[in-house]
Amino acid sequence: MKKAVIVFLVFTGFLYSQDLKPVKTYKNENREVASFDYEHLAPLFEQDDDVTYVINFWATWCLPCVKELPYFEKLNEVYKDKNVKVILVSLDFPKKIESQLLPFLERKKIQSTVYVLDDPDANSWIEKVNKDWSGAIPATVIYKGKNKKFFEQSFTYEELEKELLLILNN
Amino acid sequence: MKTIKFVLTALVLVTTFAFTEKPVEGYKVGDVATDFKLKNVDGKMVSLKDYKDAKGYIVIFTCNHCPFAKAYEDRIIALDKKYKKLGYPVIAINPNNPEVQPDDSYDLMKVRAKEKGFTFPYLFDEGQKIYPQYGATKTPHVFVLQKTVKGNVVKYIGAIDDNHSDEEAVKVKYVENAVDALLEGKEIEVNSTKAIGCSIKS
Repeated sequence: MKKAVIVFLVFTGFLYSQDLKPVKTYKNENREVASFDYEHLAPLFEQDDDVTYVINFWATWCLPCVKELPYFEKLNEVYKDKNVKVILVSLDFPKKIESQLLPFLERKKIQSTVYVLDDPDANSWIEKVNKDWSGAIPATVIYKGKNKKFFEQSFTYEELEKELLLILNN
Repeated sequence: MKTIKFVLTALVLVTTFAFTEKPVEGYKVGDVATDFKLKNVDGKMVSLKDYKDAKGYIVIFTCNHCPFAKAYEDRIIALDKKYKKLGYPVIAINPNNPEVQPDDSYDLMKVRAKEKGFTFPYLFDEGQKIYPQYGATKTPHVFVLQKTVKGNVVKYIGAIDDNHSDEEAVKVKYVENAVDALLEGKEIEVNSTKAIGCSIKS
């Protein structure tokens, strides 16, 4: 019975993650990245499973974002067996995805999942991500189920790990 | 009794500290905005009170390096051209610390203003003292002020319009609508919006 429940949970979890339907996919010979408008990305912020999500809003041209990217990558590597998913949501402009974002991901060998959020009417979705978000990047959401925290700031690895553990061990 | 007094005093102290520790939140619509005296790209100092005939101001925190700010440069020039003669000039302020973001140095501000032919003052928030009072968090970040007897009252805070990446696809021009409403003496329908921008580098 227990097994059946687990299988069911895994299965529904699987189905749920399949709910994310990109509006568009960009690719070159080595990398590809899925692009969403907010409506299609929204389920990412409402997953009710046992996974702790670390979602970082960034862009290749944002210096403090690029500076903290290695910490998110490290977190992804260190905690990948602990049910933690790091997702980097790029706000690069659509016309720069092929010329800048894909080469950047390739060059830096980014391992975390990367999505593009292309939805220019930001006023309609910023508050849906978090009511305290002014819209400045970098910004990060860490959540598991209903336990959610939002940060409009830059991180060191230690700070980031500390915040992850607060949610992960809760 | 003494203990209770002590506990109460401690409580009061703790709450006071808790509140003073809170970061400055900046202006909300309806607040009176501070004036300033900041250096323009032409070397002259500029204050809001210098504009004797203005009915108000379109204060925009912006900078050289940020792609969102760059995407709006032409639209900021257009705002100034349209509204300066109606009494609402654009006053642009670069809030970034060039030690953190070298592209936003005073010298490069001069270069950018010349390249783009800015028709408005482009001021340097030296020491990063003004933007925290306004509560600007990113570039670009707009504050529309109306000159009144009690001072320059904040009437709109937020984005310029609803599409940074494609001017042709803009559906709502938030700042224009706000200033138009002020000029016609009407209520501003949308007095605060949010947009993605580059965090201010201090």
